[in-house]
Amino acid sequence: MAETDQTRIAQQFIEAIPHARALGMRVDALGEGSATISMPWAEHLVGDPRSGVVHGGVVSALMDTSCGAAVMSHPSGPSSTATIDLRIDYMRSATKGQRITARAECYHMTRTVAFVRAVALDEDEANPVAAATGAFTVER
Amino acid sequence: MMPMDRREPLDRIKSRRDSALAALVSGVPYLTWLGIRFDRRGDELTAILPYEEKLIGNPMLPAIHGGVTAAFLETTAIIELAWAAMWEDMESGRTVPDAAVAASPPRLPKTIDFTVDYLRSGLPRDAYARARVVRSGRRYASVQVEAWQDNRARLMAQATGHFLMPQG
Repeated sequence: MAETDQTRIAQQFIEAIPHARALGMRVDALGEGSATISMPWAEHLVGDPRSGVVHGGVVSALMDTSCGAAVMSHPSGPSSTATIDLRIDYMRSATKGQRITARAECYHMTRTVAFVRAVALDEDEANPVAAATGAFTVER
Repeated sequence: MMPMDRREPLDRIKSRRDSALAALVSGVPYLTWLGIRFDRRGDELTAILPYEEKLIGNPMLPAIHGGVTAAFLETTAIIELAWAAMWEDMESGRTVPDAAVAASPPRLPKTIDFTVDYLRSGLPRDAYARARVVRSGRRYASVQVEAWQDNRARLMAQATGHFLMPQG
């Protein structure tokens, strides 16, 4: 299957998730055990009204979704996945008005558990906004 | 610290506390969007996340999105921390945020890191959370938080996080 087809199918998958749709998430790329998903800045997602920076929870939702997508795109073909744990390090505030992109990679897979890491970026790609590591269940 | 006034009218105590809490919560657009509100008993806060379809992350089960659960826990931790930090000032009559004065939203702690343990998938119904400030220093704080749905003893998720306290 061509990669663009796979990305299109992943986008349909994302749009079937009410919360991902509510946040306006878009699948930018999908590889073998990796996923890049982004979403726009929005006024109602602001967590600090003084600076207009989006709430950490929004970054969590984007990270969690991209990590889950990375697990689902793994060549071993899991049938479903769920988050066991997710740790997020907030390195700096995402810039007001800029799109946030999460790149996730499933770096190790066992029969039952997937180990995933991710970074969240705004337009200044050299300076990550946040980093995440997580463990996910794998259903076969 | 000013001595407590035993004879202070109850309605004045309640309105002072409720208005300070409202100022903390209403200043954050994301809390309003998620529908999170806080129930107060004395100084004890319980966060409430009323169920809505837009919170769903797995439409097949269905289950609440893991990101929503993380956001709910993180929010509960931040509000609890800010609330605990301003309690003394509020009770001794020093300046505290006022819901009626929209001009100065209170400074909130910033998350350094946050780790969520997902214990059960979130059901399509209301969720509750309470946070406990484990250690609060001048600059850094450590907070533990638990969320549940129908049964207090059957946790949906728990988390710990570290926060940078607002300075000045």
